[in-house]
Amino acid sequence: MSSYKLDARNSLCPMPVIKTQNKVNELHPGDTLEVTCTDPGALNDIPAWCRINGHEVIDTKESDGVVVIVVRVGS
Amino acid sequence: MSTPRKAVALISGGLDSLLAAKLMIEQGIHVEGINFYTGFCVEGHTHAIRKKDKKKPKRNNALWSAEQLGIKLHILDIIEEYKDVVINPRHGYGANMNPCLDCKIFMISKAKQWMEENGFDFIITGEVVGQRPMSQRKDLLPVVVRESGIDDLLLRPLCAQNLAPTLPEREGWVDRDKLLGFSGRNRKPQMALAKQFGFEDYASPAGGCCFLTDEHYSRKLVDLWQARNKKEYELDDIMLLKVGRHIRPAPHYKLIVSREDGENKFLNGYRKQFATLEIKSHNGPLTLVDGELSDEDAKQAARIAARFSQGREAETVSVKFTRLNGEETMLDIAPMPASEIKKEWHV
Repeated sequence: MSSYKLDARNSLCPMPVIKTQNKVNELHPGDTLEVTCTDPGALNDIPAWCRINGHEVIDTKESDGVVVIVVRVGS
Repeated sequence: MSTPRKAVALISGGLDSLLAAKLMIEQGIHVEGINFYTGFCVEGHTHAIRKKDKKKPKRNNALWSAEQLGIKLHILDIIEEYKDVVINPRHGYGANMNPCLDCKIFMISKAKQWMEENGFDFIITGEVVGQRPMSQRKDLLPVVVRESGIDDLLLRPLCAQNLAPTLPEREGWVDRDKLLGFSGRNRKPQMALAKQFGFEDYASPAGGCCFLTDEHYSRKLVDLWQARNKKEYELDDIMLLKVGRHIRPAPHYKLIVSREDGENKFLNGYRKQFATLEIKSHNGPLTLVDGELSDEDAKQAARIAARFSQGREAETVSVKFTRLNGEETMLDIAPMPASEIKKEWHV
C-alpha cells in the first residue's frame, strides 16, 4: 500500500473529480491519494464520486481556500 | 441465472437521463453511467464562484444522479476532442453557438467506443422525440444513429415506443412494453414519473446543461474568435468567458473585471497568464487584460477598472498596472463616468 499526492488546484469542478478518478484508476486497493484543490465544490464532489465508485474518504481539511481530501482506494 | 445485460447510460445530470437509466435498472439491466465534460458544461461550481449563488447546493448533478440510481459513474474529459465539434460543426449551429446535432453524434460515438472497450451491450439516453429543436427532432434521430455508427444499439427508453424496435428490444434483453412513448416539449410526464420513482430535488436547468445554448455566453465566444481572427480556444479561455464582466473598449484588448470576492479569487489564479489592473487606493475588483496595451490604452483601461471600484466617485484612484513581463506602473487616474462606458463595449 502506498501513498500518493495529486495537485488539482486552480481547476474547477468537475476537473478535480476527473483527475482524482484517473489517478485512482492507476492505483491499487488500499493505496491512499491526497488531493489538493481550490474549488470548494470538490468537498462535495470527490466524496460523492468515492461513494458511488466504492472508495473511502478518510480525511478532509479546508483552510485559506485550499481543500485537501484523502481517499483510500477501494477494491 | 443468466448474467444481466449491460447498458451504458449517458448521464447529463438532468431528469431525463436519470429516468431513462432508472427504467433500465427496473428491468434488471446492469447500468453504469458516463458523463462527458466538454468545458462548456453548466456546473453548480462555476456558478459557485459567485457569492450570490452560494446558497445553491454545490453539487455535480451527474454524480448526484448516479448516487440516486446506485450506479457507477465514469466522467470522461473530452475537452480536446470536443473542440472540433464546436469549431467545425458539420450540421451547423443552433440558435446560438450550440452545435447540438454534431455534439450528440460525437457523444454517442464516444459512448460506443467506451461500450466496446468495457464489454457493455448497448447505450441508453434520456432523449425524447421532439423535445429539443435541434438534436431531438424525429427526422434527425436517425442521423445520430447513422453518423455515430451505433446502429440499433442505441435505446431511448423514454420514447422507445415511438421509434422502431432496437436490438435490445428485438432480442428480448429489455421488455419493449415497459418502455415509454413520451414525445414533445411537455415535461409533465417526466415529472410524474420522477414522483413515482421518488426522485426529488432533481436538476432542471432552463437552458439545458451547456453554456453554448446561452446567448450571452455565445456572444463572448464569437467575440473571442473575432478578436483573435481565428476559431480556436483553450480550456482557460472558455472558463474565463463564464466569469466577470467582459469589456472590449478597442478591438485589440478586452478587460475581464471581477464582480465580487469569489470571482476576484478565481481571476487571481490567472495572474501569470494576463496583464492585470489592481485598484490600490480603494476596494475594487481585480481586472485581467487580454491583449497588448499601449500607455494610453493602459490609462483608459485603468479608468474603466476604477469605475467598478469603491472609488468610482473619487477624483483620483490609484491603479497598479502589471504587464505580462512583470513590469509594474502606478496610474493615478480619474474613474471613467458610467456615461462614457459605451454600451457596445460590453461583450
